[in-house]
Amino acid sequence: MAVVQKSSQIDAPTDATSQTNWGEWFIEGVIKVAGISSIVIIGLIFLFLLREGLPAFLDIPLRQLFGTRWYPIEDAFGMAPLLAGSLIVTVGAVVIALPLGLTTAIYMGEIAPPWQREILKPIIEVLAGIPSIVLGFLGWIALAPLIQRLGAPTGLTAFTGSLILAYMSLPTIISIAEDALYAVPKEYRGGALAIGATQWQSIWRVVLPAARPGLVIAVMLGIGRAIGETMAVMMVTGNAANIPSLGSGIFFQPVRTMTATIAAEMGEVAQGSLHYSTLFAIGIVLFVISFAINWLAGRLVGMKGMRRSRRGGML
Amino acid sequence: MSRQQANKLAVGVLTVVAAIVVIPILLVIVYVVWQGLPALSWAFLTEAPRNGMKEGGIMPALLGTILLTLGTAIVSFPLSIATAIYLAEYAGDNRLTRWIRMAIVNLAGIPSIVYGLFGLGAFVLFMGFGTSILAGSLTLGIMTMPVVISTAEEAILAVPQQFRTVSLSLGASRWQTIRYQVLPHALPGIITGIILGLGRAAGETAPILFTVAAFYVPELPRSIFDQTMALPYHLYVISTQVPGMPLQIQYGAALVLLLIVLSFTLVATLVRTQMRRRREW
Repeated sequence: MAVVQKSSQIDAPTDATSQTNWGEWFIEGVIKVAGISSIVIIGLIFLFLLREGLPAFLDIPLRQLFGTRWYPIEDAFGMAPLLAGSLIVTVGAVVIALPLGLTTAIYMGEIAPPWQREILKPIIEVLAGIPSIVLGFLGWIALAPLIQRLGAPTGLTAFTGSLILAYMSLPTIISIAEDALYAVPKEYRGGALAIGATQWQSIWRVVLPAARPGLVIAVMLGIGRAIGETMAVMMVTGNAANIPSLGSGIFFQPVRTMTATIAAEMGEVAQGSLHYSTLFAIGIVLFVISFAINWLAGRLVGMKGMRRSRRGGML
Repeated sequence: MSRQQANKLAVGVLTVVAAIVVIPILLVIVYVVWQGLPALSWAFLTEAPRNGMKEGGIMPALLGTILLTLGTAIVSFPLSIATAIYLAEYAGDNRLTRWIRMAIVNLAGIPSIVYGLFGLGAFVLFMGFGTSILAGSLTLGIMTMPVVISTAEEAILAVPQQFRTVSLSLGASRWQTIRYQVLPHALPGIITGIILGLGRAAGETAPILFTVAAFYVPELPRSIFDQTMALPYHLYVISTQVPGMPLQIQYGAALVLLLIVLSFTLVATLVRTQMRRRREW
């Protein structure tokens, strides 16, 4: 008897839940569909860039499209000056940011006492939070005049852009590099110190080599951050779409980047015109570059490390 | 130079470089506050710009940024959090999952101006929304997805496995377990991600350039199909496009934008520390 009673008691809730199963089935379905949304979105982004930008690739001979004259009024759409501008500004930014970023990460991870780390980390996070337009504004209004006073013919140069970009990519570089250092087992340091190495020897000969893959990613994503930045660069680099002249002053002349060109010119073009689709074509080039950077970083350390780093880069 | 001297020198150099990184950041903040503070007043926040924007306040731009931030939230969160739940709780170790993760990593790397182009092509033109709050919110919403997904997934994964095991062993279904055991404990972390994403969206200029931002509209938007001014773009306009702009207004606008965005960062940090302190496991 008791057994029968029990089984009927168990039956009742089962009946009740079978109703909610439909709801659950629905919710789980929605979640699974949402799961693939990022793949769909990235596909759509590429599709729409292609839709608007393809005419440029079809109607302008490739040789001209990557030619050396960007002069839209005369229908001259050569991207080379813009590519060169982006390249110079980015290289400058990396040259500045790399030593600063890696060194700061080493300082925070290996040398700074905990109380200093507690102060440094929020400051770096604050830097990550400052909108690029605010940095661009300060660069335009305060930094550029300063650089001009140092002797450059104008303050709006590739170097001004590089300096601001360097600081903008520092949070990415520092947080990822710090993660990479943190992932090096404590025993490595202890072992090095135990056999008589100084702190610096332990960092230089043991910790850094062990953290190398992560440090490489830090640099790659820092580059990605720098090459895609728009507003700050547009405001401080002087926007001269010329092939920069080589020489000692290469970093101290006005240039124009790909991103700045899109931002500055899209407002004034007629939809569907060749100029319009060329700006989208520049977008396609940027899209491909950002993919290439991620792919390269992924190849260097594998997808798993990549994911961890991306998260590290976020916070 | 002995090893000990070399060590001292290296540590000294590292310390100096860390200072070189940190000091300009503090300088930037102090400088903007110092220059912008005199401009701040109730009138500055609540009045529309007057006299070719050379007088008056920033109210329409401020309101526009608030609206866009709300719109971003509505677009981004349902999809991002569902994706995070999928990745943390449902996804198997297979090719599809790897593709999804690769897509998210790549989305995070796409330059913001390219999101702007996508928004222009997809929402403004193809879907016919025009330059509107709707098109801008959709663009910003999609742009913030990677941040929200990664922080939310991390928060969900941080909930101990035993919580799930116990819930399932008590007869709860998979979804009930997620809904009543996992999500409540992951909530603070998810909120951190949301706030970070919003802070980023509020400060962005490039994605709204062609999708929503107006140079100057005197009246406030009436529907989501209207254009609006937005604070980041407004700062760009008044600093580079309007000659003879009083410096004070420029710094005032920069300060307000900085305060908005940094308050998002601050709240996110507070939520995170609170969460760590209160964690019961």
